[in-house]
Amino acid sequence: MVEHTVTSPPGLPERKPPSRRRVLGGALAAPFLAGATPGAAHVVVIGGGFGGAVAARVLAQIDPMIEVALLEPNPVYTACPFSNAVIAGLRPMEAQRFRYRRLVADGVRVLYTHATAVDNYRRQVRLADGGGVYYDRLILAPGIDIAWGALPGYTETAATRMPHAWKAGDQTKLLCEQLRAMDDGGVVVMSVPPNPYRCPPGPYERASLIAWYLKTHKPRSKLLVLDAKDTFSKQALFRKAWDRHYPGILEWIGPSDGGVVTRVDPVRLAFETDFAVHKAAVANVIPPQRAGMIARAAGVADRSGWCPIDPVTFESRLVPGLHVIGDAAIAGAMPKSAFAANAQGKACAWAVARLLLGKPPQEPRLINTCYSQITPDQAISIAGVYRPAKGVLADIAGAGGASPLDASDEQRARESAYASAWFSAITAETFG
Amino acid sequence: MLLLAAFGPPPGAASCSGCHGAHGAGTGDSIPVIAGRHPAELQAAMEAFRTGQRPATVMNRIATGFTPTESAAIAAWWSTR
Repeated sequence: MVEHTVTSPPGLPERKPPSRRRVLGGALAAPFLAGATPGAAHVVVIGGGFGGAVAARVLAQIDPMIEVALLEPNPVYTACPFSNAVIAGLRPMEAQRFRYRRLVADGVRVLYTHATAVDNYRRQVRLADGGGVYYDRLILAPGIDIAWGALPGYTETAATRMPHAWKAGDQTKLLCEQLRAMDDGGVVVMSVPPNPYRCPPGPYERASLIAWYLKTHKPRSKLLVLDAKDTFSKQALFRKAWDRHYPGILEWIGPSDGGVVTRVDPVRLAFETDFAVHKAAVANVIPPQRAGMIARAAGVADRSGWCPIDPVTFESRLVPGLHVIGDAAIAGAMPKSAFAANAQGKACAWAVARLLLGKPPQEPRLINTCYSQITPDQAISIAGVYRPAKGVLADIAGAGGASPLDASDEQRARESAYASAWFSAITAETFG
Repeated sequence: MLLLAAFGPPPGAASCSGCHGAHGAGTGDSIPVIAGRHPAELQAAMEAFRTGQRPATVMNRIATGFTPTESAAIAAWWSTR
């Protein structure tokens, strides 16, 4: 058995990187297929979110001969889905938190540490403490990083005054507290970046629930949404809901009306556009994003900041043996959502297991369903079914789509119940 | 173990658990059990969702993404869970 953690990477013997043929036909294939001396295939997963944690868990369940290590610096995961309800004071933060005990029970070796670099020549992930972990295949699920500086004025310091709350946790709490502390009559301003970013309908669900909070608790206040895009996910459904539930409270400004924010000023809590300067009492900047740092360090991100992948195996187009799933990946028509990351995590786990066994990968079908609350008890959704086509994950024509525009309140309430059930199911599958 | 790893779920089947739960046991009152049901029953449901004969909120949008053959494979797999 190869020891996972080596304390001195430089002490490893120099060797040629094992060829794919050697891995499949030698050390791995023999114990699996011929029942020879037990050995193991080593898979390392970086990132314990909805994609990475489920990939690690499924791989450990597929075959005990696959040794799985999950690298995740934070022992407590804070989920983004439903965090907009936390911001609006509708849900306790505790309901967003998950740990990795069940993954450990399933045989995943969870290491609470940062991955700092990937040495694909030695097939080793370097850790913040100086150690390393060997892999036969590596799955990167690092999620997003905020692209600090991409929006002039928006720095890590600025985020302490103008929270993004686009990675759930302290930022979510900060935005929630700022809203609560705001005087009735204060203006909340939210800026939305151009595509692509995590959770395409997320800003509009957040706008809906903040508007609900203002309507309920601060009726003299307003929410201004400054958007860099003319069109957005579930647009007709959101606009209809806003007209009905939040008239005079929620104002959406698209790019042709001056919605493109060119700079933010954290001292004055101001958003600058080509047309005006909007000062806020509470400022929520949803900033431009890119794949998590380790993806860029491993060389799997392209100039766009995101990671091109093979749509069958999720193997990187740039570095063989490395797979990328979830928000960091360029997954064609699939949005950057928790549901998509989870579906990709499972499909990638099976693809990696098949590759380790020398089996041809199977062309996957993937599903995504995203619910958005428009009020605390009404929701809308968008769904999609995807298959590899022309090198990307493409929409299957005729499938998917958004909730009907003319759905009854009862249907919207049913979708709200589905949203809660979905959150229970996906968090149980991933962490519980 | 070897067989599981060699075959795994048919295309699309692994996504079902995103809503129906890791073991297909359903979730709360709103999302039904799919594991262990008769394959013909599951396939008929997928077919009815696909053709729009059975009213639905979400499953009509999902089922249209699968051919009858693909739905049959998914139904067969979940029936044995």
